[in-house]
Amino acid sequence: MPERRVAVDRELVLQLDVPSRPEFIAVVRLVVASLASDRRALADERIDDLKLAVSEACTNAIEANRSANPAAPVHVEVWEAPDRMEVTVKDNGPGFDPARLEHPPAVTDPQRLQFERGLGIPLIRMLVDSAEFSGTDQGTVVRMTLFGGPANGDDTGTIYMDASKVQGARPLD
Amino acid sequence: MELGLDVDDSRPPYTVLAVKGEVDVYTAPRLREKLVELVSQGKHQIVVDLEGVDFLDSTGLGVLVGGLKRLRSHDGELSLVCTHQRVMKVFEITGLTKVFSIYGSVDDAVAG
Repeated sequence: MPERRVAVDRELVLQLDVPSRPEFIAVVRLVVASLASDRRALADERIDDLKLAVSEACTNAIEANRSANPAAPVHVEVWEAPDRMEVTVKDNGPGFDPARLEHPPAVTDPQRLQFERGLGIPLIRMLVDSAEFSGTDQGTVVRMTLFGGPANGDDTGTIYMDASKVQGARPLD
Repeated sequence: MELGLDVDDSRPPYTVLAVKGEVDVYTAPRLREKLVELVSQGKHQIVVDLEGVDFLDSTGLGVLVGGLKRLRSHDGELSLVCTHQRVMKVFEITGLTKVFSIYGSVDDAVAG
């Protein structure tokens, strides 16, 4: 009898340090999106969501580093587990308290037009399945999680669709 | 990464600004400068055509909101052309579909 695999911990699949400069965000977006699209069973729309969330997190990280430590890189990690993919974006800024974020006024409020910034974090929260912000005086870590199995379904314990086993399914012509 | 910004003045009183590429914190300043330049030239009815945009983040949204605010202070208007779902979604989830007039084509936008 094959040894039963214990709950698989998450595994680090990508580490990336990029300079805290705006021109590098496109690179991070591209790398994380192609990794997600290659390795995870995620719809294109979810990949777009992740791309935007990662971009927002990097934009904030660059801004945080620029105010405190412009030479510090933005540190990006991608972790995989059977049921999810996590992307963390870390800066070396002064840290922030997510609870103290200003909320933009309702869109029907004329004051809404005064808010040209501050949309990044609400966007991240809406785009990914789970978003955690942890701020210390060493910097801020944003952890964004998308649930969904691996693209190839090889991992034990992962539930994935096998068309041949679905009742009534037939191969595409 | 280049941001395409093409100005078309052939449909007065409208000025159509066609944006191509990715609008993020790196490229958004160029879009902001272009909008400021157009407003300072007295162009107060601006249609921003986003059909060539494959990525737009909150920095891009901020520039568009800023442009709208600037134009409204001149009794002008900034409207958008956008049909791509991935870009529309950003306006939808931020509620900005209620702030901007968004059209399916430049023809519709200039017809008001």
